[in-house]
Amino acid sequence: MKSGSLAVARLVAVRHLRLPFRKPSQLIQPLMFFMIVATLFPLTLTPELSRLRDAAPGVLWVGALLSSLLALEYLYRDDAVDGTLEQFALSGQSLTWMLFAKTCTHWLLTGLPLALFAPLAAMLLGVPARAMGGLLAALALGGFAMSLVGAISAGLTLGARRGGVLLSLLTIPLTVPILIFGADATQRAIVGDPIAPPMYLLGAIAVLGVTLAPLAAAAAVRIGLE
Amino acid sequence: MLNVQGLHLWRGDRHVLRGVSFAVEAGQCALLTGKNGAGKTTLLRAIAGLLEPEEGQVRWRGMPARAQRDEFHGELAYLGHEPPLKGDLSGRENLRYSIGIRRVVDASEIDAALARTGATGFADTQVRMLSAGQKRRVALAGVLLANAALWLLDEPTTNLDADGQQLVAQLVAEHLERAGLAVAAVHHSLPLAPERVLAVELGGA
Repeated sequence: MKSGSLAVARLVAVRHLRLPFRKPSQLIQPLMFFMIVATLFPLTLTPELSRLRDAAPGVLWVGALLSSLLALEYLYRDDAVDGTLEQFALSGQSLTWMLFAKTCTHWLLTGLPLALFAPLAAMLLGVPARAMGGLLAALALGGFAMSLVGAISAGLTLGARRGGVLLSLLTIPLTVPILIFGADATQRAIVGDPIAPPMYLLGAIAVLGVTLAPLAAAAAVRIGLE
Repeated sequence: MLNVQGLHLWRGDRHVLRGVSFAVEAGQCALLTGKNGAGKTTLLRAIAGLLEPEEGQVRWRGMPARAQRDEFHGELAYLGHEPPLKGDLSGRENLRYSIGIRRVVDASEIDAALARTGATGFADTQVRMLSAGQKRRVALAGVLLANAALWLLDEPTTNLDADGQQLVAQLVAEHLERAGLAVAAVHHSLPLAPERVLAVELGGA
């Protein structure tokens, strides 16, 4: 009997969840990078908390984007090398669905931990405690949207040499709206304004990503497998 | 059942497949032979749908395979040059995940397939610790578990000892007995009954 869609998603997710724990560097590297970026900025800018606070949204979101790019390199690379992606493509199941499950799991392993660590980095930049909830929510949602956009770029760069550079060149322009709305939400959280407007826009980008990115990623992966 | 009709395929500026045509019926195995670079792997990948030919088509059960991609792939087991196994998982875990996304499979079926390919003894060892031949045996268990009508095998005896090579021939023969069909790229012919074999010689580059 053919496996159902939910069973397929569960198996893809479970396998993707298990592997990084046997190779934890893939999980730790992006987090370390994010924390280093957030730690270095106060050292290079100024010890004045008020000025650090002004720079905090930009520092946190650019740091998050760059760390998510580091993590994206691992999204399909190992699976392409060991033939897993070929097996996905030849399984008779929806490649779109499997890649969506994989991308969601990837966000759980890299995007969500980054959002959870962000308040720690934000403290170094003088972000007040009342803003932490908004920051965490914005980074979690924005990180999910970044993972979806990045899944397309990772698919497109599958067969490319020096794919990491190309991945950045493709992903960064597409994530600019996420950066703008995410930084805006963080800024509003810091000054105590309502964060709903930019959060709605981040949500809309995430919904658009859920609808289109897995289809585009599947098409890109099929091309990359040729 | 499987019709390969006039396939032309270029890789870069190299015209690798030049009008390849053949048909394989249930119970038959097409053995692809030819020098290195003749296009055996390319042809297998084109049949599987991993490469798109510039001309010609692959038909499965009378219909273009591309028009029924998921159904075709559901009836297909593909074993490439490198066994598609995750080094950080054991052979048994690899099979549970890779077959599980195709169909519902229980532990006893996996045990039986591992036993059939002589892989029981190292099924719980991390794949990265296995020899190339042991990995190939685990991957062959995956082909058995796929319950596919069509096997596409790229050098299936590579890295196997004499017993392993005999095992591959037996597995293919049993598959053909069950009215399955196979296309295998080989350097050395598989010892199959002559009436079941369709020889396809591919030209050099």
